[in-house]
Amino acid sequence: MPTEIDRGEVQKLMDRGAQLVEVLPPDEYEEDHLPGAISLPLRRLETEAVRVLDRARPVIVYCWDTA
Amino acid sequence: MSPRAAWRLESLGFGEVYDYVDGKLDWMAAGLRTEGTNAAHPRAGDVARKDVPVAGLEDRLGDVRQRVSASGWDAVVVTNTERVVFGLLRSKELAKDAELTLEQAMRPGPSTFRPHRAITEMAEHMTAHLLDSSPITTSDGRLVGLLLRTDAVRVAGEKE
Repeated sequence: MPTEIDRGEVQKLMDRGAQLVEVLPPDEYEEDHLPGAISLPLRRLETEAVRVLDRARPVIVYCWDTA
Repeated sequence: MSPRAAWRLESLGFGEVYDYVDGKLDWMAAGLRTEGTNAAHPRAGDVARKDVPVAGLEDRLGDVRQRVSASGWDAVVVTNTERVVFGLLRSKELAKDAELTLEQAMRPGPSTFRPHRAITEMAEHMTAHLLDSSPITTSDGRLVGLLLRTDAVRVAGEKE
């Protein structure tokens, strides 16, 4: 079950080398994204996640907010 | 959207998956750095003056006025020890009876703005609403700084 985390925990996990994934559309990623995040919109997750992400490291996903 | 992504990653065999539920909006509202095409544009949090005087609810106006004036300011933000904003005193409020506490003299609950607001947008808003200054706060109400309209208009003009 994925764990819900807050901003402070994101920063701690980033220090541990977690992979940050923005799942919003690419144009929104281009404008602003968290430092070091990669763009992996929800529709591309199925086909690209295994190729671009490391299963051995933590993964943090985010979008705009709780919506 | 992110919960679905998190669940799907788990089903694809990723063992340690986290969902930052408050997302990009929360990150930006905290004034934290981002990357991307917008990152080069000045925002409210970049331009807000971080050296604005702060004081507590119980402080005596006469004492605060003296300190504020000596530091070259004509405004003071009233916060608690966590820097959560409770009120604002501009020159009009600072001129009140010296024996009042800041709680009695302040303008309570001033409108605050998040650090990620574009400076052009802030300049337009502050001009339209005749706001000389506006506290910039994080999403949990903590003071980042005081944005002066003169600064917002100047920086917005430089950007154009």
